[in-house]
Amino acid sequence: MAEPSIASVAPVGSTAEPAVLAAEGLRKAYGAVVAVDGISFHVRRGEIVGLLGPNGAGKTTTINMVLGVLAPDAGRIAVEGLDLATRRADVLERINFAAVYSPLPGNLTVAQNLRVFGMIYGVPRLAERIEELLAEYDLARFRNTKSGVLSSGEQTRLSLAKAMINRPRLLLLDEPTASLDPAAARDMRERIRRFATGGTGGALWTSHNMNEVVEVCDRVLFLSRGRILLEGDPRALPAEHGKANLEELFITVAREPLSLGEGQA
Amino acid sequence: MSLVRPGRVAAVVLRHFYLIRGSLSRVFPLFVWVGIDMVLWGFISRYLAAAGGFRFSLVTALLGAVLLWDFQARVMQGVTMAFFEDVWSRNFLNVFASPLRLSEYLGGLVLSSIATSAVGLAVMLVVAVAAFGLSYAAYGLLLAAFLLVLFLFGIALGVVGAAVVLRLGPAAEWFIWPIPAVLSPFACVFYPLATLPEWMRPAARVLPASYVFEGMRAIVAGTAVPAGGLLVGAALAAADVLLACWLFRGVHRYAVRTGLIARYAAESVS
Repeated sequence: MAEPSIASVAPVGSTAEPAVLAAEGLRKAYGAVVAVDGISFHVRRGEIVGLLGPNGAGKTTTINMVLGVLAPDAGRIAVEGLDLATRRADVLERINFAAVYSPLPGNLTVAQNLRVFGMIYGVPRLAERIEELLAEYDLARFRNTKSGVLSSGEQTRLSLAKAMINRPRLLLLDEPTASLDPAAARDMRERIRRFATGGTGGALWTSHNMNEVVEVCDRVLFLSRGRILLEGDPRALPAEHGKANLEELFITVAREPLSLGEGQA
Repeated sequence: MSLVRPGRVAAVVLRHFYLIRGSLSRVFPLFVWVGIDMVLWGFISRYLAAAGGFRFSLVTALLGAVLLWDFQARVMQGVTMAFFEDVWSRNFLNVFASPLRLSEYLGGLVLSSIATSAVGLAVMLVVAVAAFGLSYAAYGLLLAAFLLVLFLFGIALGVVGAAVVLRLGPAAEWFIWPIPAVLSPFACVFYPLATLPEWMRPAARVLPASYVFEGMRAIVAGTAVPAGGLLVGAALAAADVLLACWLFRGVHRYAVRTGLIARYAAESVS
């Protein structure tokens, strides 16, 4: 599959706006185990890209590399044209993330957490921004509640509020709805959709809920054994591969990746 | 662009201020243990002084030594405790996937430690002076020099402790708590360096604290403080801070290369 390189997304010297995220030739191995094997992809402004694949496919490794907490063995990551390896702090100012396995400190209150992370991200007019987020994420009544005693749904809303505090250009969401009930998950999806349609940034989203992916994502990347096996519109991709829906395609990727052309990659 | 943004450093300090303000279990240790140490050693000093036969002030020698040593230990613990709060709350991903630079993070830990150890120092001074008549006039301006050397060495130990825990995992905190006790025989807190057997002396000479306590004993004995020794102690302490920061940076790079930070939720990653 032809994958766009950083150069093709933002040619050097061109006036074209660079992709929000451009990853080129990312590779990461743990000893003999290759977790991510030379993948390239991009996320454009206003776009939600789903990063899909079975457990161990390399999704979280990819996200950790984009977050700068895991150094790739090879490859390059750029956010709005800034190289993560050389402009780490500048890049991370433009990014934020929410992940179910990375809750905010439970011994701080909701407002304290937002204040501390707002200061870390250098948010201007922080007090005003915190009030906006408390209202938008229905957290105002928990303002002085320790984050650790919130329900999982409330904690997820707080994580997302923190993820939005710096108005990120790139939002990374690692299974953000995994612990949510259906109503809370729908609210979450609507918020992320609003973020993308706002046109200020793009999002990279991992999920195991294929209905959710169809509803939210503009484009999906199927990872298998560290490689991008398929890429396309989640609503069209199943039919292109003779499957009834995205879940069926996912199961095929997980069980029989070779039947979808992994061997040709 | 500046290397350190004060707002980010302040965010790290603010986090620890929020934690301490909202928790009696974090406030008490700031002054209770040092207060108990002062009372205990104050009575021991008073008892030994009453027994007689000493040519110097036991209160100044013993209680002063305990105060200075406790101060250094509090500085070290101030840094490690601030770091451990991020370990215990599994906050590493939030911290290290943010624009916070290592210099800003460590700067925040150090400032947090200054605040907490200043509380302990103030309590020790009040108890030692008010209850046991410890006279700081005896030390004169050198007290500031002593405190500075011990402060720097405490910072270095704290940063090393944080690096060890970052590298070996949360369970390694049990290696960190005994560090002051392990170093104390070599630091010559209560006896001259010459008391040590030959094989222990080289280790004592590389510890900045040993020069402070040698200087303190010179004051108590009424002899001249070896200025060269104190300068060596200060230089060693400053070098230790740089070495500790270099070590932390190296461990952080290792953690980013191996994925340690991303996987840090496990109790032990070694």
